[in-house]
Amino acid sequence: MTMTEKPKLNLNRVPIPKQAPEERRANFSEVALGYTDEMAMEEAGRCIDCKKPGCKDGCPVNIDIPGFIKAMQEGDMPEAVRILKSKNSLPGICGRVCPQETQCELTCNLARKDAPIAIGRLERYVADWEIAHPEAVKQGDGGVEPSGRRIAVVGSGPAGLTCAADLAMLGHGVVIFEALHVAGGVLMYGIPEFRLPKAIVQGEVDYVKSLGVEIRLNHVIGKIATVDDLLGEGFDAVFLAPGAGAPMFLDLPGENLSGIYSANEFLTRTNLMKAYLFPQYDTPIQVGKRVAVFGAGNVAMDASRCALRLGAEEVYIIYRRSRTEMPARLEEQENAEEEGVIFKLLTNPSRFIGDERGVIRGVELHDMELGEPDESGRRRPIRKPDSEFVMDIDIAIPALGTRPNPIIPSTTEGLELTKWGTVLTDEGTGTTSKERVWCGGDMATGAATVISAMGAARRAAISIDAWLKNSG
Amino acid sequence: MYRVAKKEVLVPNTVYLRIEAAEIARKAQPGQFVILRVDEVGERFPLSLAGWDKKEGTVDVLFLIMGRSTMKLAALAEGDSILDVVGPLGRPSEIEAYSSVLCVCSTFGVGPTIPLIEALKEKGNKVISVMEAKDEGFLFWEDRLKGLSDETHVVLGDGSRGKHRQASEFVREYLESGNRVDRVFALGRVFMMMECSNVTRPFEVKTIVALTPIMVDGTGMCGCCRVSVGGGTKFTCVDGPEFDGHAVDWELLIKRKRAYLREEAQAFDLWHIENLRRLAELSELSGRSSVV
Repeated sequence: MTMTEKPKLNLNRVPIPKQAPEERRANFSEVALGYTDEMAMEEAGRCIDCKKPGCKDGCPVNIDIPGFIKAMQEGDMPEAVRILKSKNSLPGICGRVCPQETQCELTCNLARKDAPIAIGRLERYVADWEIAHPEAVKQGDGGVEPSGRRIAVVGSGPAGLTCAADLAMLGHGVVIFEALHVAGGVLMYGIPEFRLPKAIVQGEVDYVKSLGVEIRLNHVIGKIATVDDLLGEGFDAVFLAPGAGAPMFLDLPGENLSGIYSANEFLTRTNLMKAYLFPQYDTPIQVGKRVAVFGAGNVAMDASRCALRLGAEEVYIIYRRSRTEMPARLEEQENAEEEGVIFKLLTNPSRFIGDERGVIRGVELHDMELGEPDESGRRRPIRKPDSEFVMDIDIAIPALGTRPNPIIPSTTEGLELTKWGTVLTDEGTGTTSKERVWCGGDMATGAATVISAMGAARRAAISIDAWLKNSG
Repeated sequence: MYRVAKKEVLVPNTVYLRIEAAEIARKAQPGQFVILRVDEVGERFPLSLAGWDKKEGTVDVLFLIMGRSTMKLAALAEGDSILDVVGPLGRPSEIEAYSSVLCVCSTFGVGPTIPLIEALKEKGNKVISVMEAKDEGFLFWEDRLKGLSDETHVVLGDGSRGKHRQASEFVREYLESGNRVDRVFALGRVFMMMECSNVTRPFEVKTIVALTPIMVDGTGMCGCCRVSVGGGTKFTCVDGPEFDGHAVDWELLIKRKRAYLREEAQAFDLWHIENLRRLAELSELSGRSSVV
């Protein structure tokens, strides 16, 4: 295809090769294998470079999507990398875990023909290409005059890394404080290896470090130093991005039995502590034969698929509403079902049953039906009378979302909170009620997506930079 | 990396370490703990702070060798490094002018009792310390406790000192004899803390215990350390580790602590098989029969 002639409308999205379900349910290697060069060029070639591209508007960090795809079409991969990275410091991550179907691919003009460009897969391809060709892309040699200003970023998840990278590129000195022993936050402890390889995350962390960002691990802000300590010890501003924090439980009898893990604990043991390699790694995990995961979001899908890979024979997703209300990405629902996860819908637990050693043996469930829509717009699930039954299980994993972690709010004076316990934050700028303190990510919004946290971090970085310039 | 500045095998099974961790030392308060990870494949586990030196930039821990992780830690020599130390975590002890305070401790609980007594004394309290050990061979730091407390009583499990075999028996008799006690702190073995709470309950003397459930992150993120206190679920790492002993569901705590017994034994055995030579060297160096 030459570059001058307009290609014909091609509505055949190139599928991404995946490990076969029966194979992948037994290993932790990445499920989606990524485009080959030929596939990537074919998919990039479908982009018609519209006059009014919709894709960009759908991207929370405003990537120049037509620009990087055009560079791909022209065979200029280094340029594609540069365009991508000018707006997104973590493309290898976003290409894998962004819900493109509700963002850029939803607003792609070809979505009207049910064949949006596979933007996420192309983004991933470009990011992976850069890893395979580390010499090909000349990093900007800094170029920016150091501002002499210093910003403390609390948390090294998607929001923290993005804000830190943006501020470093503007010439500011940035130190990230991370509570855990590795950087990456939820990208390391939460999202499993088979969906987001940890080497990819660490590669992007290294990129952020290469911009001059310092990362201090094992630093729980609020404990080793308070936010006010940071402000008093030479930091001009603080960006809070500590993540979602405390897991929610079902508040049912028996929920403290052994064998009931919050999804956070189950995933942390598996991903961060590598319990799937026990006893080579010291952290154990128990999966038994029958596992019930409660909830139907992306975290529930991750936990259920980890349980399969850890050797469980039967894994159930137990959800009180129906399939249409499931909050997980469609792709993740499909992946889970293909691998053998069983969806038990319109079902809700009422209590957990344990043995004399305090170990879970079963769960009492009952059927639900859908009534009128509730505040969330989804039909309200109602308990069906006399529908109780007991299911034998070895492990239960509530995956119900999180509440804000109390450590920073309880140690920071003058930081106003919402009634949900999140930090009261201006959505457009990330400013909080406390001077010189910004906030973004799950701590500001409650649990949300990687990319929305990155978008908030980008806006906060712009606001912090503007404030630094004005405050001389 | 956090360097081991000083190491002492206090009694068989119990090791004291002084660790270089200046930032943690700066903020440490009585009742708080650290999470450690000894090496790259290590698990995260909590240890109470047994002291700190803000000027020298060190923190102290004192632990019982219970399994693979504590064995790994015990096998470090002075000058070796621990990969990760996080802290100070948990809520500090509530230290007030209570007047007369009973501090009961056993094994690893002796460590955190030292800074606790220091803080209580600073507030002008009279401190009566009670130390429980299996026998003379497992007794340590008696002199330190004596030096800090107004009174110190030792209770040995073999009955070789006085008539009591458990600290709780001493506490009961002390209260029955009409001695004034405004607050009890009990730090150490779960059974000891539970029994102390049981004997103080009828006397309505508030009894604070420091719980030691299994933890992973130690920052409130995973809920592994959840306990039931007063009928409600609490996370020990952020809501504790100190709770009202009269309100703790002890049975639940004990059962949850035993959740990984099989895996712990497996990991411990494996460590021994992989480190036979190291163990032999260690016992020669320490001049003791064995640290295990």
